[in-house]
Amino acid sequence: MFHLILFLFFGAICVAGAINLLVQSHPINSALSLIAVMAALAAEYLLLGAEFVAAVQVIVYAGAIMVLFLITIMLLNAGAEERTKGSRVAILLGVPGVVIGTVLVAWTLLNRSNMHSVPIGALKGDPKDIARLLFHDFLLPFEVTSVLILIAIMGAVVLASRPRAVASGLRKDAE
Amino acid sequence: MNITTFIIISLIKSVAVVFVLLTAVAYSVWLERKVSARIQNRWGPTRVGPFGLLQPLADGVKFIFKEDLTQPHVYKPLYIAAPIIAVVFAITSISVIPFGNWVKVGPWGMYLQITDLNIGLLVVLGITSMGVYGVALAGWSSNSKYALLGGLRASAQMISYEVSLGLSLVGVMIMAGSLSLREIVDAQGGVFWGFIPRWNIFHGQTIAFFIYLISAYAETNRTPFDLPEAESELVAGYHTEYSAMKFAMFFMAEYANMVTVACLATLLFLGGWHGPIFGPPILQALMPVVWFCLKVFFFMFLYVWVRWTLPRFRYDQLMAFGWKFLLPLAIANIVVTALIVAWRA
Repeated sequence: MFHLILFLFFGAICVAGAINLLVQSHPINSALSLIAVMAALAAEYLLLGAEFVAAVQVIVYAGAIMVLFLITIMLLNAGAEERTKGSRVAILLGVPGVVIGTVLVAWTLLNRSNMHSVPIGALKGDPKDIARLLFHDFLLPFEVTSVLILIAIMGAVVLASRPRAVASGLRKDAE
Repeated sequence: MNITTFIIISLIKSVAVVFVLLTAVAYSVWLERKVSARIQNRWGPTRVGPFGLLQPLADGVKFIFKEDLTQPHVYKPLYIAAPIIAVVFAITSISVIPFGNWVKVGPWGMYLQITDLNIGLLVVLGITSMGVYGVALAGWSSNSKYALLGGLRASAQMISYEVSLGLSLVGVMIMAGSLSLREIVDAQGGVFWGFIPRWNIFHGQTIAFFIYLISAYAETNRTPFDLPEAESELVAGYHTEYSAMKFAMFFMAEYANMVTVACLATLLFLGGWHGPIFGPPILQALMPVVWFCLKVFFFMFLYVWVRWTLPRFRYDQLMAFGWKFLLPLAIANIVVTALIVAWRA
């Protein structure tokens, strides 16, 4: 009972943070709302019994990635964004689309007999279990993902260093 | 144990620990002023109480009664939230730190710890990684160039050194096979050859200890890595626009973080509360806590000693040192530790 109340409470914070993220006009406030969403998600994981995932969610997403967001916003000194009316087509098609999508997903989840809801605290989230899954049962997918991330990092380095390369090329042309 | 007893016991423990922590914070400021004075051949605070021991109280009263200025150009919600965020996360991280082993007083017995989690170490890392928002938001919301530069420096520096700090702890986790701080300390009991304690610092994690120490200094923005508040360049860095109690909250957060870092260093590398135990039973029960406090005190003293001995780094030196030297060293330490543990097993 107590768990359920906490679960609903953090779920509400999560949704409220996500809506606030869209409503706020200043990038810093949006980024802070996203941090609140991440932290509330971590609390949800914790309530489900996945302590390790909860801790990693806070360390990686709320603690590291969002700080980079914040640094970028601070460095660029991004101001409040201007409000536009938005396109009428988006509202006409988007709102019914969201409603239909939500109903479809909920209906499918509730009616599929082989899917059942997980009782709170029932998941196995021990660091040892997760380590066994990552480094034993799913070793190959895990390593392939790490190679994928390495490629992404190399891409980022190439993109970041391109202006300098182009500039030095231009300088050579001038000479 | 039903939920009411649980909440009452947790509340009592939390209040007691926070009280001790805040007292420790106040007296580390006193310690810093005294030691720095001795290093510079001065006396330091002497007027308020014997040896100036009541100086922290006087400072507290002064901070409360000073005028609390709020400049018109600040972004108010975040300007007010920033010191709160800094101090809340600094104090929360003490919640999983064990101060001693099982203590028995008459029929009652308890662990000297608010709560023991099986992911205790990760909880401390998570909470301290959230603490950077206090500094970053203070810098941004002050809307002044010095504060902004300080906040930017702080967030970049803390993110960079958090990586090597986290990686330096992986070796300890591998040695103990656990993330619970209590189990990590328990794994360090006993001695080698009759006199060298089996602490992690003497047990293969010497390099990790120094990586942790250096990264921790950078994480807590202390000299030689105090670039976010470098007074010769940035006035006072991220807290330039803060006064009275709001400034004091940043100050408290910095010292509370120092205490947490010192506790963690003690638990992970210096064997926590392990030490020689002798004397009558009542003394034997207290000795572990005394050893723990002595080790934490050593680290607090080291902080002050280093601050008044080493000059400040340049910012590019700081970044290069973190990414090009500490990080590869920490990764190498993990690989070697893992190989040795696997070979033994």
